[in-house]
Amino acid sequence: MLEITTNHYLVLGFILFAIGLVGLVVRRNLIVVLMSIELMLNSVNLNLIAFSHQLADLAGQVFAVFTITVAAGEAAVGLGILLALYRLRGTTEIDVPSELRG
Amino acid sequence: MIELLTQHGEAILFYAFALAAVVSAVGVISLRNPMYCALSLLVTFLAVAALFLMRHAELLGMVQLFVYGGGIMVLFLFVIMLVNLHRLREVRLFNEQVPIALVLGVLLVALFGWVFLSLPASAPGDSTALVSLDGEVVGNAKAVAWVLYTEYLLPFEIASIFLLVAMIGAVVLGRRD
Repeated sequence: MLEITTNHYLVLGFILFAIGLVGLVVRRNLIVVLMSIELMLNSVNLNLIAFSHQLADLAGQVFAVFTITVAAGEAAVGLGILLALYRLRGTTEIDVPSELRG
Repeated sequence: MIELLTQHGEAILFYAFALAAVVSAVGVISLRNPMYCALSLLVTFLAVAALFLMRHAELLGMVQLFVYGGGIMVLFLFVIMLVNLHRLREVRLFNEQVPIALVLGVLLVALFGWVFLSLPASAPGDSTALVSLDGEVVGNAKAVAWVLYTEYLLPFEIASIFLLVAMIGAVVLGRRD
């Protein structure tokens, strides 16, 4: 219990991922939805780092660098889409534009 | 007291930062004002950066601070500033998908519990491999950089092209025409 193992990090990563997933599904504000995605990517990094430490292999840390790169690009493009949506509709709520609902 | 702290220092730090990360993550998805959500997200990023440091990922911890705590957070704050967020009091916070989200959450908990129970107990790893190069201790940043620029050079270059494409895409999307 008092020795911190990889399993502790896995449980924490899982909890953060689940919180991010719930936020992604239930929130209406697109800004908060994007934040939830960042939360999920971050929890995956936590797992990569924990396994990198357990297996004594730097590949996990290198992979986490690439995950952070993708997260940064995703945030930039996602917020660009948000601004375009706001300019078009004057709202950031994602259930207002509903043309694709049959 | 001091003895207790030195003996269980790692556990105390882990639980403190893990608690901070989880509480602020719940804050991100439950607070009403996106500004408070962003600040809550910043606390999560900082706590996760500290947890990276505790697993001998010093470079990653610093990258987490700069890229998430610096770059992405400023991006979020700028967009919150650019977008008009009045009428917050009347606005519904959640959409109608709450039952689906709960079902998803329960399924995820079940899946993770199943995987977790079938895991072997993890042995503590040998952390010297994370800070050394050819058997010589050089520090985490140099070790990661060496692996990144030799073994993973092609993915690294592709990542730079990816960032260029993302930058152009963001500029095109944000353009006022």
